[in-house]
Amino acid sequence: MSDVTQASETESDQEKTIYDELPDAPPKKKLKLTWTGKLGVAVVAFWVLMVIIGPWIAPFHEADIIGDDSYMAPLTSTDGEGFHLLGTDYLERDILSRVLWGARMTVGISFLATLLAYLMGVTAGIAAAVKRGWTDMILSRINDAILSLPTIMLGLLIVVALGSSIPILIGTAAIIYASSVYRIARAYGQEIMVMDYVESAQARGETIWWIIFREVLPNAAMPLATDFGLRLVFVVLFISSLSFLGLGIQPPAADWGSMVRQNLEGMQYGSLAPVWPALAIASFTIAINLIVDDISAKSGGDLAKKMI
Amino acid sequence: MSELFEIDNLQIAFRKEDGTPVQIVKGVSFKVKAGQVVALIGESGSGKSTISMATMAYCRPGLHFPGGEVRLHGKDVLAMDPQDQRSLRGNKVAYLAQSAAATFNPAITIGEQVTEAAVLHGTMTQKEADRRAIALYTALELPDPDRLGRRYPHQVSGGQLQRLMAAMALVSGPDLLVLDEPTTALDVTTQIEVLKAFKKVIQEEGSAAIYVTHDLAVVAQVADHIVVLYSGEIQEQGPTDQIINNPKHPYTKRLMAAVKPTPKAGMGEDLDSKYDSKVPNVEVKNMTAGYGGIVNGKPAITVLRDINVKIKNSHVVGVIGESGCGKSTLARVIAGLLPAAKGEVILDGKQLQADLKHRSKEELQKLQFVYQMADTALNPRQLIGDILGRPIEFYQGFKGKERREKVAELLRLVELPVEFESRYPSELSGGQKQRVNMARALAANPEVMLCDEVTSALDSIVSSNVIKLLKKLRDKTGVSFVFISHDLSTVGSFADEIVVLYAGRVVEQGPVDEVLAPPYHPYTRLLISSVPELRIGWLEDTMQKREMAVGIARGVEITDVGCPFYNRCPQAIEGTCNLETAPTQEPHPDHFISCHRSMEEITAAENAPQQVLHGFEKAAPEGDKAAKAH
Repeated sequence: MSDVTQASETESDQEKTIYDELPDAPPKKKLKLTWTGKLGVAVVAFWVLMVIIGPWIAPFHEADIIGDDSYMAPLTSTDGEGFHLLGTDYLERDILSRVLWGARMTVGISFLATLLAYLMGVTAGIAAAVKRGWTDMILSRINDAILSLPTIMLGLLIVVALGSSIPILIGTAAIIYASSVYRIARAYGQEIMVMDYVESAQARGETIWWIIFREVLPNAAMPLATDFGLRLVFVVLFISSLSFLGLGIQPPAADWGSMVRQNLEGMQYGSLAPVWPALAIASFTIAINLIVDDISAKSGGDLAKKMI
Repeated sequence: MSELFEIDNLQIAFRKEDGTPVQIVKGVSFKVKAGQVVALIGESGSGKSTISMATMAYCRPGLHFPGGEVRLHGKDVLAMDPQDQRSLRGNKVAYLAQSAAATFNPAITIGEQVTEAAVLHGTMTQKEADRRAIALYTALELPDPDRLGRRYPHQVSGGQLQRLMAAMALVSGPDLLVLDEPTTALDVTTQIEVLKAFKKVIQEEGSAAIYVTHDLAVVAQVADHIVVLYSGEIQEQGPTDQIINNPKHPYTKRLMAAVKPTPKAGMGEDLDSKYDSKVPNVEVKNMTAGYGGIVNGKPAITVLRDINVKIKNSHVVGVIGESGCGKSTLARVIAGLLPAAKGEVILDGKQLQADLKHRSKEELQKLQFVYQMADTALNPRQLIGDILGRPIEFYQGFKGKERREKVAELLRLVELPVEFESRYPSELSGGQKQRVNMARALAANPEVMLCDEVTSALDSIVSSNVIKLLKKLRDKTGVSFVFISHDLSTVGSFADEIVVLYAGRVVEQGPVDEVLAPPYHPYTRLLISSVPELRIGWLEDTMQKREMAVGIARGVEITDVGCPFYNRCPQAIEGTCNLETAPTQEPHPDHFISCHRSMEEITAAENAPQQVLHGFEKAAPEGDKAAKAH
């Protein structure tokens, strides 16, 4: 038998070029958007554009009281003043203009708040996962305390105590949502910390910063980005509900949530005034969800499960 | 219509991102007669698993069948509607996946899972299925068949679970059984136990089978007919006898060359005299280690006990033993990943701190650990160039252009193209990733590389290439290796010295040619006999050997007193071996065997004719390892 082996071994060296090692895994999937995902991107892009140029293309200022009447129907015009594509609200203001101005408030504030929530949540979460022990214990218990309070109640409490201003709104939303970001970041961090490549970096003698920024964060980035989209939606709804309760953005500044509340009584007169800002909230949040769906489909279905 | 099962010009393909179709299986045809075992053999990526799933008209998401037929009893299953396909699966065609541990649901009893398919398809009532399952447990030689069904998967051993999977597949009496690499992940000793049971049950049941594997030596034991695949195409097919004894195709010959030789003295290459050294590079002294809190120098769970190992300069020390014997723990203790509870690790005459956090950068650099699974050992978000470049920069301070040159040099050293530096690990094959994994350890310019089962997850051809590479690396760089494996023939062909670990103790240790020649420690003997040979009938022959009778039926048990191998040893002396720690004997200089039997007794037993020796009586069901599951 050894003769056979010897003979074929020399032969096999010549064969080497012909029989290369075969790839044993399919190539990695690239992010591919479905048509719903593309629709989501288009809608989000539209609103981002409105955040930037909204006030310039709006026919009126958000605080201008220019209509002939409150709750004017869409596609009517006021003498000498102009055309109201979406009608007017309870204070005879142009709804289209207020929706466009409001994009800056609602989308802008939500985005900043989510960003801040991520900064705090991911930093603390990854720190807890990497340091373990007491650091993890203290951070997690503080976080549990925040998580145990109902979000809207906590929000109301802070805003009532500190007064309603834009920086306080952003800060409140950021703190409240940082606690759930912390949970996810910590869970991902812990999962990555037990991987051999992290242990190998530790065995090499790398600093904790290298491990956080080079080994852990790049691998947590994709799932965290997906979660960012979802969290942004929650913050939009949170700010809108605060505004709806009258504690969010203060008049006369326009924001979608307060617009729904202020015009709610128009429903009695058959006015569509509260529908337009509600549609704006819905379109923005659903569009983000459509994008998130595509990203999580790429990363495998388990990602979506983990985030719930 | 005479054929039970037939695959005719089967094609399986997927579409790439840009829409171009890629064929994975390119027109494969073969037949399976009733009662026949057909083996599909090829390395990973050859499409053998994909074909085996097509037998149930199933393919992984993204794949589709552009052409061909899969006929069971003359009826094309690919053309059936999904309802009919469903009634086929687990009923007429049963599939046995590679990993039993991943197949069984840990929260449901074994009996419920084994009988599920038959009851679900309505072919049997629960009672009938239970009776049938018990008959199968008995046929598969599983312990305590009447009560086995009430246990949970974690309460039985890995080999038993693998056999239970066969029971699960056979319970509804399928016409065709598909076995996908059912023994690849197992220890050699467990592999024999499982192979023997599979072969017996297939013969008794008379069902046809498709056996998928990359290991020709295993195929030679079970198959009637062999189909050799490469890259989705059949290279050669024929009766087992012809393929094994008279292979025609060059690729088959290549597969034959990759079959592991029987471990024997002189199988390895001689150490280059320039590296002949008596100076120990790393020394482990009286080391005890384990997991859990340490009380009085004793961990909660002791994995290693009083270990003494010397690794000489530029030598390769093979560490061998079954899973659970503490091989990986030994390497982790040396690397400082797991601080020892007691004892010393000495590097170049200087005692090292137990925990790597307290070791200096130079000490860390000298000892490099190579992980078993390249998939988890390489950061998927870093380019190969960065993975290799970082240790170069970190330890040697090369930056920019110099660093790139060093990376290119390393890639050439491990025989990979230099362009790989701008690829991600996921774009490489399993063997290529393992090369990068080793190159990363080399990048630190170490004195000792600790390789933990680096070839175990690779198929035979790739693994033999990796071993060839390791030999070259040792000759070029003079690095010493600690090479951990459960595969004695791989260790034997590469190592200069062998340490045989059993249940956390060194039972035999010495130069490779001494360890692989008589006198053997009874455990070493068992390991040597368990390496499959590329010879039809080897399985039957080896089962005749006396060490197999007790050795195969039982698993590793960690004991506090006596010789740990007592319960599996054909030469065990009751009252001595189970009570007293075995003395260490030195039959040759530097060759140590821990055994109560004298060297003469061991050698005499070696040459004695087949007989039931003392110890065999202990194989009665009561003392069985399953009993401890209660």
